[in-house]
Amino acid sequence: MASPLKCDLCSKPATVHLTQIVNNKVHKVDLCEECAQAKGVTDPNGFSLADLLLKASLNPEAPASGLRCENCGFTQNDFKKHGRFGCPHCYETFKGMVEPMLDNMHKGTQHSGKIPQRALDRKSLYDRLTTLEGNLDEAIRSERYEDAARYRDEIHQVKQAFSQQPSESRHDD
Amino acid sequence: MTIETLLATQSELTDTVSSKCAIVLMTRIRLARNLAGKPFPGWARPSQRDSILETCREAVASAPQMKKSLNIGVADLTELQKQILVERHLISRELSGSKSGSGVVISKDQALSVMVNEEDHLRIQVLRAGFQLKKSWNSINDFDSVLEGKLDYAFSPTLGYLTACPTNLGTAMRASAMMHLPALVISSQMEKVVRAVNQLGMVVRGLFGEGSDASGSIFQISNQTTLGESEEEIIRRLNSVLNSIVEHEMNARQRLIESDASKLFDKIGRAFGILQNSHLLSSSEAMNLLSLLRLGVDLGVFPDESRAAIDRLFIEAQPGHIVLLSKQDLESNQRDALRAERLRTEFAPFSKPNFSVRNNN
Repeated sequence: MASPLKCDLCSKPATVHLTQIVNNKVHKVDLCEECAQAKGVTDPNGFSLADLLLKASLNPEAPASGLRCENCGFTQNDFKKHGRFGCPHCYETFKGMVEPMLDNMHKGTQHSGKIPQRALDRKSLYDRLTTLEGNLDEAIRSERYEDAARYRDEIHQVKQAFSQQPSESRHDD
Repeated sequence: MTIETLLATQSELTDTVSSKCAIVLMTRIRLARNLAGKPFPGWARPSQRDSILETCREAVASAPQMKKSLNIGVADLTELQKQILVERHLISRELSGSKSGSGVVISKDQALSVMVNEEDHLRIQVLRAGFQLKKSWNSINDFDSVLEGKLDYAFSPTLGYLTACPTNLGTAMRASAMMHLPALVISSQMEKVVRAVNQLGMVVRGLFGEGSDASGSIFQISNQTTLGESEEEIIRRLNSVLNSIVEHEMNARQRLIESDASKLFDKIGRAFGILQNSHLLSSSEAMNLLSLLRLGVDLGVFPDESRAAIDRLFIEAQPGHIVLLSKQDLESNQRDALRAERLRTEFAPFSKPNFSVRNNN
């Protein structure tokens, strides 16, 4: 016989089985009586299934990998404790854990909204500048003066592009 | 602007002349944003939090929309000031509970506020009285684009805006409306509505967000998911859900009047009597009475002009606002007495209810 389902939050036997269809996607949560009460599943004022699914995916019994974010030192265990990540880079570090979670949590897995274009442009200019400055140093050190002159001109161009970047956005109203 | 001036001026919510859409009290949109490469507030060391706070407050306050704004650290606010800002929906309970290294910038008209180092580095919010999803989106989008010129946002082409909690990824936008739904509550249909709304990917909460009760029959309806859809699509879907809830509420009102008008008018008449004569009122009782009076206005029992006063009292009857009024610390019993006194004064000159308007629509 199959073992009784365990509560997704505390691993007591689950007695409340919740299936919700959101945007044609089936979401299932199994809860024990207490957790169901505590999470307001029985409350007519509603509850957030996304939050529940997040917590369920943090099941403390699942084995944790030894991953650690190189930028902020955050570990998978920290995520289980807090339910929040340590820094933006964590999404890269814990990609393997995040991706399966998203499918259940959101309507899709690919962003299709606003893009911070000006911030991205500025970043790519900045990255370009850093590379060029490295190249310039390298060229001077190895006495490749023709190359150095070329890098210097490019740096000048990039710096100009920087200063031409509008500092305030256009206002339409 | 100082916190004292801000509290003394009426907020966006309490200063509305007339609501075009009687059922939607207010519209709110919030965007979560984080700085690239910096640890999220919950994980940052105190010194990092302080430096992030400084960077963000400076960038936010220098935006043209924030001219003459209030720019203050949470540590510099008294408990009462924080409570009042929460009651006006300008800061969250979570921010008001944070110790150091967090702050808030609030525009002069209190329609735009930015919390710094709440769950994310920036929580930008636009608040407007009435049903104003598109307008709210346009103004928050403009402001966000200005900030983007000053701050490097954490962004991924696949996951969108990166947030501390994965439930906010993508647009990192939560659009919501506060709805006054007394007839759906009276006719016990709210549970059904909540279930239907959930199936459409939207969430229903009480007046003050997660875990708060729905006193005054006021509910907050917002999008549940943020990734996989554009801001415009989310707003369009929310808009159609809200419109259909408005329709259900209108139908429920019609049915209440047709089936048992006396019962409904009895509730409204009694509420008016209590507001005019009581000497002790808790905030949740006050909310429920005000809610019935507001329904009365919508049904034509009271003149249309009184709606704005009632909407203002929804906020000013909250505990923090009552204490502010008395300028001293109060026990809850004293607060209830002062609240009752305040409401007696407000409703003394009110025009007598006119119950002859049955079936006016």
